[in-house]
Amino acid sequence: MSDHTPNPPRAHEPMDAAGLADVAAVEVRGVDKYFETASGTVHALEAIDLNIVPGEFVSLIGPSGCGKSTLMRLIADLDTPSAGELTVFGKTATQARLDQDYGIAFQQAGLLPWRTVAANVALPLEIHGMASAARQSRVTELLEMVGLSEFADRFPDQLSGGMQQRVAIARSLAEQPRLLLMDEPFGALDEMTREKMQTDLVRIAADTGAAVIFVTHSIPEAVFLSDRVVVMSPRPGRISQIVPMRLGDAAGREDRTDELREASAFFAMVTEVREALHGGAADLLGAESRISRGAETR
Amino acid sequence: MTDIRDDKRVDAAAGSAGSASVSAPATGSIAAIRPARRRLVGGSLWGLAGVLLIAVLWEGYKLLGPADGVVIGEFRILPRTTDLAMPHLWDMIVRLAEPVTRADDALPLWAVVALAALTTLGIAAAGWAVGVVVGIAFALLMQRWRLAEFGLLPWIVISQTVPLIAFAPVVKSWGSRVEIGSFEWQDWMSVALIASYLAFFPITVGALKGLQSPDRIHVELFETYASGYWATLIRLRFPAAVPYLLPALRLGAANAVIGAVVAEVSTGLQGGIGRLLIQFAGQASGDPAKAWGPIFGAIVLGLVAAGSVALLGVILKDYRRTEEIA
Repeated sequence: MSDHTPNPPRAHEPMDAAGLADVAAVEVRGVDKYFETASGTVHALEAIDLNIVPGEFVSLIGPSGCGKSTLMRLIADLDTPSAGELTVFGKTATQARLDQDYGIAFQQAGLLPWRTVAANVALPLEIHGMASAARQSRVTELLEMVGLSEFADRFPDQLSGGMQQRVAIARSLAEQPRLLLMDEPFGALDEMTREKMQTDLVRIAADTGAAVIFVTHSIPEAVFLSDRVVVMSPRPGRISQIVPMRLGDAAGREDRTDELREASAFFAMVTEVREALHGGAADLLGAESRISRGAETR
Repeated sequence: MTDIRDDKRVDAAAGSAGSASVSAPATGSIAAIRPARRRLVGGSLWGLAGVLLIAVLWEGYKLLGPADGVVIGEFRILPRTTDLAMPHLWDMIVRLAEPVTRADDALPLWAVVALAALTTLGIAAAGWAVGVVVGIAFALLMQRWRLAEFGLLPWIVISQTVPLIAFAPVVKSWGSRVEIGSFEWQDWMSVALIASYLAFFPITVGALKGLQSPDRIHVELFETYASGYWATLIRLRFPAAVPYLLPALRLGAANAVIGAVVAEVSTGLQGGIGRLLIQFAGQASGDPAKAWGPIFGAIVLGLVAAGSVALLGVILKDYRRTEEIA
C-alpha cells in the first residue's frame, strides 16, 4: 500500500476554516523515522504524508507498533524525523513547540501529585509567566469547561482516573492552542467514563475550534470523534488508508451526541474503518506467523 | 474491585455537580486524618514501651545477673553487674540533678550536659548545612551531566571509606593554617567540616536519585512547554526529589551529629558533648553514674537533630503525595 497519496483537505469543511485554511495545521511530507536499538534499526515510519487543516479532528488508528504514537511525537517535537518534512502552522515543529502552538495530553494524566487541581492546570501558564490574576481567571474558566470547578483545591490522588484525565485535558487547553495532540488519553478509562469523556471532548473541540490529532486503539472512539480516520499498519509504520467520516446529519460537532452511537451511519463507518484496518492487520498476522515458523525451524 | 467502584461514584458525583460531590470526598479526607493521629499516639506509646523495656532489662539483669558478668572462655559476653559497671537507673537520674563538681558555684550535671549538647548541636547543624549545600550541588552536577555522574560518584563513595579518626587531626592542622584577611579558622570549624563530610554523602545520593526521579511523561510535558533548565528544576525536579531528600536529610543529620561528636573527641575540642563523654568516662571509677549524663545528652541530641528534619517533612507534606488514585 505504498501508493497512497497525500490527502488534500477534505470536501466537507472544518469548523474554523475561514482565513486559516491556507496554512495547514499540520503538514507531513515524506517523513521516515528510524530507531537505533540493540537488535538493529527499526523502521518506525515510512513515507508518511498527511495534511491536517485547522479545526479538523483526525484520529490515528492501527495495531501496536504501527507508529501512530511516534508520528504524534514527531509533530510534538519530542522526536525528530529521520527524513522528510514536517510543519506545524507553517513553522518547523521545534518552532511550533517553542511558540506553544499545541497542547498535549498523554495516556496517563501526568499530573504533578504535589500540586492541586488548579495549580496543575495553571502549570503551563505559570511557566510562561502569565500574571497571577489572569492565570486564576483562566484556570477557573478551564475547570468549568471540564466540569471540575468544585475540585480546584483537591490533589490528584483524591480524584478518580477519569477526573484526572479531565484535569489533564484542561491543562492541555490552558493556552488556547489551535492544535491539540492526544495520545490515547482515554485508554486507561472504563467504558462508561470513556464515552462521557468522548462526548465532552467533541464539545470542547467545537467550543475551541482547535484541530485535534487523536491517537487511539478503539474504532468506535475514532469514528465518533473524527472528521477523518487515518488507518495505519505496522512494520514499517505506514498510512494504509485515510477514511473520511460520512456520518450524514450528525457530521457537525454539536450533533455528535450519544444518539449518534446508535445511528446506522455510525455503524457503517465503524465497519469501513474495521475493514481498512484488517487490510493492514492481515499483513501483520502474515509477518508474525512467518517469524514464529522461522523460530520453530531453527 | 472496590476502588474501581469508588471511582465511578466520585466521577458520577462530579458530573452531577450536586452537593453530594462535595460531601463525599470531604468525609473521606477527615477519615484519613483520624488514623494519622491515632498512628501518632500509637507510635509514641510504642516508643515509651520500648524505653520501659530497656529499663526493665537493665535493672532485671543487674538484679539477677552474676556480679562478674557472664564469661564464656575468655570472652565476657555480658557485662559485670556491679554498681561501677552498671549503675542503677535512678542513680543516674539523681546524679543528673546534682552539681557537676564539689565546687560551690558548680552547675547541676544536667545543665552542663545540656550546654555541651547545645554546643555540639550548633556545630553539627553548621556541618549539616554545609553538607546539604555540597550534597545538593554534587547531585545537580551529576543530574545535569551523565559524565559527571560517572566521574564523581565513585570518588564520593570512596570518600566515605576514609576512617574519620585518622582524618580529623589532619583537618585540624590544615585548618590552623587557614587565615584569610581578618577571617581566622576556628577549631570548631574543623569539627563542623568533618561533620559535613559525613553528612553530605547520603544527601548527595538521595538528592541525585530524587532529581532523576521524575517520570518520563513529566519530563516530556515540561519539554512541550518549552520549559528551560531552571524552570524544570524548580517546578519539577526539586518537588519530585522531596520524598527522596527527606530521609537523606535525616540520615545526614544523624551523620552530622556522629561526625561532630567523634571529631570533638579526636581533635580534642573543648565545650562539646564529645569532650564531656571522654572527661566523665575518666571519672567513672569514682562517680560511675556521672559518665551516663553525657550519654543521655548525646541520645537527646540525636533525637532533636532527627526530629528537626522530621518537622521539615511535615511542612513539605504535599510533596510526598503520589499520583495514585485515593
